[in-house]
Amino acid sequence: MSTRHPPPGRQLPIVAVTPFPRAAAGALRDAQLRANLGRATRTIREKRAAVVAEVPDWEQLRDRAARVKDDVLDRLPELVDRFTRAATAAGATVHHATDAAAANAVVTDLVRAQGVDRVVKVKSMATQEIGLNEALAAAGVTAVETDLAELIVQLADDTPSHILVPAIHYNRGQIRELFARRMPGFHADSDDPAVLAGAARDYLRRTFLAARVAICGANFAVAETGSLVVVESEGNGRMCLTLPDTLIAVVGVEKLLPRFVDLGDFLRLLPRSSTGERMNPYTSIFTGVTPGDGPRRLHVVLLDNGRRRVAADPVGRAALRCIRCSACLNVCPVYERVGGHAYGSVYPGPIGAILSPQLTGQDAGHNATLPYASTLCGACYDVCPVKIDIPAILVHLRQTGPKPAAERAAMAWLGWTMRDRRRWRAALRAARSGGRPLRVLGRRHGGRLRRAPWPLSAWTTHRDAPLPAEESFRDWWHRTHDS
Amino acid sequence: MTPELTALFVARAGDHHAGVHPCTPAELPGLLATLLAGATAVVLPAGTPPQWTARLGPPTLPGDTLTATELDAPGLAVLTGCALAVAETGTLVLDGGAAQGRRLLTLVPDHHVCVVRAAQIVADVPDLVIALPDPTRPLTMISGPSATSDIELNRVEGVHGPRRLDIVCLPPG
Repeated sequence: MSTRHPPPGRQLPIVAVTPFPRAAAGALRDAQLRANLGRATRTIREKRAAVVAEVPDWEQLRDRAARVKDDVLDRLPELVDRFTRAATAAGATVHHATDAAAANAVVTDLVRAQGVDRVVKVKSMATQEIGLNEALAAAGVTAVETDLAELIVQLADDTPSHILVPAIHYNRGQIRELFARRMPGFHADSDDPAVLAGAARDYLRRTFLAARVAICGANFAVAETGSLVVVESEGNGRMCLTLPDTLIAVVGVEKLLPRFVDLGDFLRLLPRSSTGERMNPYTSIFTGVTPGDGPRRLHVVLLDNGRRRVAADPVGRAALRCIRCSACLNVCPVYERVGGHAYGSVYPGPIGAILSPQLTGQDAGHNATLPYASTLCGACYDVCPVKIDIPAILVHLRQTGPKPAAERAAMAWLGWTMRDRRRWRAALRAARSGGRPLRVLGRRHGGRLRRAPWPLSAWTTHRDAPLPAEESFRDWWHRTHDS
Repeated sequence: MTPELTALFVARAGDHHAGVHPCTPAELPGLLATLLAGATAVVLPAGTPPQWTARLGPPTLPGDTLTATELDAPGLAVLTGCALAVAETGTLVLDGGAAQGRRLLTLVPDHHVCVVRAAQIVADVPDLVIALPDPTRPLTMISGPSATSDIELNRVEGVHGPRRLDIVCLPPG
């Protein structure tokens, strides 16, 4: 479970180091993990369904949000420019980072310039994607995660397994045991979630009050006004956004929205899809710096890291509409059973299976195995608040991704055979006579083969194989009609 | 602004486990005194109407000069107004204007009491983003007390923000 991310510069935490089927097989052997995930995802699915059903125009909302995001992708350079000018005018300093290494370098330099060796962090997928904590650690700076689930993962020296609730794979008993082991000053005997949350409050309070630099992400960035939006529950975000002198926000360029009023739809869609609430406890919207309120220095690092390349793929680009709500994880029959770690990326689940391989390119690590981590049932598409057709993109990535040599050879042979009627008929005859001895075995199982020798065993390990019919339709027609 | 909107706001804010207290202008000073009676001191942002504090028992502290560490003193409460409120989601919206102050005033103390006038309530979030007088002011949307769903995805109140939120709601007209 504790596969640490490799150090930055070598491989990003969005590159699977193990093929998905092998990682999934390992996860499936963990009965406790399946129990924890099953309980948690069932809870959140029911909550989401209830609050979504309250909104009569939910489908129109999804359509509008998808259109707004597609428009953003169409004019990324223009909106990046617009945001940069508006935020700069409001007193922020905007940096542009083409990749993870550039973003990490910018942030590390900014932190060093403040002369601190400790920063507080608001949960942010963008900073996870680029491995920022590891980059800061390499520069001698400790990044303290302040979101409760991130704190749990950090104390356990583990990696996140869910976009919204990175510690979804832990139950309360495991969290109490972890706090007792790793959290200084924790003495409670209870595993009541309220007691555990209270312990996190006491533990982090002093850290917040002493922090001089904070790092955050953003759920939305408004090009028109240069505003950033941070959606959260606990108040750790507000602590980081208002107490330290220096605030550094790392924001993927796809988080841009053209106009401030666009937030109206997105702030209705996100909490209902994500935590299943009508509204999350705290949303902060801030524009540049405000004298006497909050940080005196605001730096915004706009991150590309493959996004413009993905935006150029007419099918795959819809993945960039994602607002990281994680509704697709919670409904996915595959995610519910294998959990987030099997995907080998900080972006797990259905969205991860289309996002990670596109951001890195399918040749990175084993990311080409991720588009196969799905039954294509379509539940993810149904719940997506920005209507990303995830199954269609999975199929697209399967079609364009690398294939094993044996599969390529088999498909080439099949193509050659099927192009010619005589070749095809001869092949069917050969298959029938080759299958005759197997049919004797298969008769007991309704004409299906339960177990075949290698290499066909790759198929029959998980499913039965049909046997070729004793007579083809064409042969039957000849026998009974042409005399 | 209709009585229906006010009723919806009251119900929805209550769903977030905030204390919601509809009251008349005449009842306001007494109600605020009751809600804040247990505080060691009450922090007041600039621009707090004098009638809000007329009957407060605990000493008051001016919000504009306190440091975060001073605001962390045990038993402190803060009394504010708001810029707008959203009925559909039971949300308070603060923009740092009169009777609201800096963002940390409503974050560090453990008890927040907020006064909402019915005229400030809009129907839903899309109405809010249009109605905001200046979207570039520092904005905080508050829906219930601080909470987390990070343990088994069950909502638990009380993490880093105020663990107690009381909303006092004045009627239309």
